[in-house]
Amino acid sequence: MTAPLDVEPSALDADPDAAISAESAKAVEGRSLRQIAWMRLKRDKVALGGGVVIVLLILTAVFAPVLVSLLGTPPDVPHGNLIDQTFQIPKGSFGGISTKHILGVDPTFGRDLFARIVYGARISLLTAFLATFVTVLIGTVLGITAGYFGGWVDGLISRVMDILLAFPLLLFAIGIGAVIVVTDRPILGLTGTSLSVAALIFIIGFFQWPYIGRIVRGQTLTLREKEFVDAARSLGASNRHIIFKQLLPNLMAPILVYSTLIIPTNILFEAALSFLGVGVRPPTPSWGQMLSDAVSTYQIDPTYMVVPGVALFLTVMSFNLLGDGLRDALDPRAGR
Amino acid sequence: MSRSYLRTGAIAAAVLALGATAACSGSSSGGSTGGATTKSAAYNAALDGIVNASDKKGGTLNYVASGDFDSLDPARTYYAYSWNYQRIYQRTLLMFKATPGNDGAQVTGDLAKGLGTFSSDGLTVTYELRDGITFQDGTPITSADIKYALERSFAEDVINGGPGATYLKPVLVGGESYKGPYKDKAGLASIDASDPKKIVFHLSKKFSDFNYLMALPISTPVPQAADQGKNGGANYQFHVVSSGPYKVETYQPGKLLTLVRNTAWKQSSDPNRKALPDKIVLTEGLDPADMDQRMLAGSADLEVEGTGVQPTAVATILRDPSTKKNSDNPSTGFTRYISIQEKVPPLDNVNCRQAVQYAADKVALQGARGGPIAGGDIAGQMLPPTLPAYKKFTQYDSGSDNTGDLQKAKDALKACGKPNGFSTKIATTNKGKGPKVAIALQAALKRVGINAQVVQVDASTYYSGFIGVPSNVHKQGLGLAVAGWGPDFPTEYGFFESIVDGRAIKQAGGNSNYSEFNNPKVNDLIDQALATTDVSKRNDLWGQVDHLVMEGADYLPFVADKALDYRNPRLTNVYISKAFGMYDYVNIGVGS
Repeated sequence: MTAPLDVEPSALDADPDAAISAESAKAVEGRSLRQIAWMRLKRDKVALGGGVVIVLLILTAVFAPVLVSLLGTPPDVPHGNLIDQTFQIPKGSFGGISTKHILGVDPTFGRDLFARIVYGARISLLTAFLATFVTVLIGTVLGITAGYFGGWVDGLISRVMDILLAFPLLLFAIGIGAVIVVTDRPILGLTGTSLSVAALIFIIGFFQWPYIGRIVRGQTLTLREKEFVDAARSLGASNRHIIFKQLLPNLMAPILVYSTLIIPTNILFEAALSFLGVGVRPPTPSWGQMLSDAVSTYQIDPTYMVVPGVALFLTVMSFNLLGDGLRDALDPRAGR
Repeated sequence: MSRSYLRTGAIAAAVLALGATAACSGSSSGGSTGGATTKSAAYNAALDGIVNASDKKGGTLNYVASGDFDSLDPARTYYAYSWNYQRIYQRTLLMFKATPGNDGAQVTGDLAKGLGTFSSDGLTVTYELRDGITFQDGTPITSADIKYALERSFAEDVINGGPGATYLKPVLVGGESYKGPYKDKAGLASIDASDPKKIVFHLSKKFSDFNYLMALPISTPVPQAADQGKNGGANYQFHVVSSGPYKVETYQPGKLLTLVRNTAWKQSSDPNRKALPDKIVLTEGLDPADMDQRMLAGSADLEVEGTGVQPTAVATILRDPSTKKNSDNPSTGFTRYISIQEKVPPLDNVNCRQAVQYAADKVALQGARGGPIAGGDIAGQMLPPTLPAYKKFTQYDSGSDNTGDLQKAKDALKACGKPNGFSTKIATTNKGKGPKVAIALQAALKRVGINAQVVQVDASTYYSGFIGVPSNVHKQGLGLAVAGWGPDFPTEYGFFESIVDGRAIKQAGGNSNYSEFNNPKVNDLIDQALATTDVSKRNDLWGQVDHLVMEGADYLPFVADKALDYRNPRLTNVYISKAFGMYDYVNIGVGS
């Protein structure tokens, strides 16, 4: 593996001697791709900012019960006394924001909005991450299989991908979601919220794998003709060794970049389905559902629409910024 | 009988076959005299008086609606607003009086000169027809046309969706076996139309509400000649023949219905209708928020479905005195309730049912319906305040602030042998306000340890195939169900029959007595009341029914429905019809 040439070019240009002496002071040390990528990423403050927000968000979702016990009231507890009976919107300005309810309360029930946002983050992130995992897993396995083995295997998998890519995903999702959301029977032992979350993960995850599958297949096609694969093969390496030890590490960068970029898409998709009433069931909080609820009252209680809207916006933007940063860091040759 | 969720705007036509929605009665809570007092625009002025009374003719009325009628065929329509709307251009044997206040729930002669005269045994009813009544082509209307129209209702295979067969079959001699005029050309002998100016009915049992049946659209005359071939039968709804002051000019279902003057109609034959505007345009298929905007901007005159304005418009209207004075907040006659199924353990124990009654937070439930203005008043009994027998009482006290009496609920749970609560399910539709009601109930019950899981079902099958099928209710353990009910015609019988008469429970499906309430005393009282002609005695009997129903704790009523309606200030002769709980469309005109 060759050492990168363009590390700290400014330092080298400014004082070659110093640089050389510094280099010679340490034993010459190669840097792994991971180190290089991390170094590039560290310089990208915007992406780092996105990363920090994401970490905070994940912590929020994980520690939701603790946070809510400190800063609000549980998400299902109504506060009828905080609601203006005539208009059914929160009393006070800005959706009833107070020290006890830092983001106000929702119309009709008076449930703490902060708690609902925090618990909504759980649904959003859980669905998005698991759906992404499903997508990436299926896409990678089938992509590598198609690309590496070629022939009729490739033909079959590629045609399946074509079919799925031609599928009207949103319509299908609404169809399945509508059935799941109103069903009263357990499916695979799941009922209620866990069933709708599982259904969302399946719908979002399963139908998007062809996108990553194609990328992986293409990369695999290029990689399998490379010298190091030929070398491994001529040394008698098994297919298993070549796939897992030679190909997969080289595919990690595109897979990682793609994953960070579809997470925000999936968050939006989940929100869209919940908005359309085919996502998680109330009273389980979800951002999309809150937005849909807020439509009828946004003119008289805009806070209820702004709060989940901003939460959704920040989350999606953070993932996009981090994803872009990661792509730049891992694959500097690719244009934007 | 009516299923009130249809009033939420999300109208599910599938339920109609089972007799879904219906008329309901509106009211002013004050003791109005029903006199035609003229009023200028003020908040609630149209409840007991006529706003902008006028006889000025001409102009175009612009109505708006979010959905389409279930049918224009008078024998097939079952939506409350559709019944009200038909009064504009169709005439019936009798009609609800076109006056504000309590009188609006009374019937008067339309095609008939007056109410029916009952024979001394109460089994024969005779109506005499007015002179000068004609169809839109000028043909005189005879008793045979009304007989034929009523007979159509019996052909349930062709003329489905309407209430005719349900009501007429058990009342008319030979009704149970009659299959309608398409199959049985001989007709139904118990409707006697041998004299063209007189129609006589032979009843199989005493039925004190018979006059109300004749005020339903089913008695709209239908010329037999027009009900033939490809334009008749099920397609008659697109070729209706008018008998009133207007006729259909164009009908594009879901988009537009325009009515123009019927020149064959004679004012001298019709003392009830003023027929002021030259043209009446109904634009259908609009977004509810858009309709509110149009009304507030003055480009639309009225929303005809009577469901009230959306939350945003409620705030806009009530906060500004200049718009508030153009709004009314009538009772729609619907009672919103939770049905507590007495065949689903542990709710088979009356104490467990009472625990639910006491634990319910009626303020939260009212909020879920939209609050005191857009939702309605908190209710303590099933009978709606719009009916004559209504005497306010509260069987299960929900504490001083109506948010539930948790101590009494816990005591009831102990008496039931479930001191730590129990688990059950709350069934609801997945549309409209149903899910919110279920969530409010769920949160309230949790306070005493009753864990209820919310089960949402598609609105189109909820009543007919889900909670309307007793075996399904038992199998799934649907202990609680969100429901609403209003009378087809403003009598206690019209309200109670389907929901508390244990003999009317339909095990095969299409059941409306979801809790399977069956108290022989109540069944007896219903029979007595039907055979009683003395009004105060009858009201007393229905009052007893109301109390016995609440004692059973099968019904948890929480809101007596209201809606906030907006009227364009340019309209004349605006008032709320007590029979329908919405504006009376018969006499509205266009002012300056």
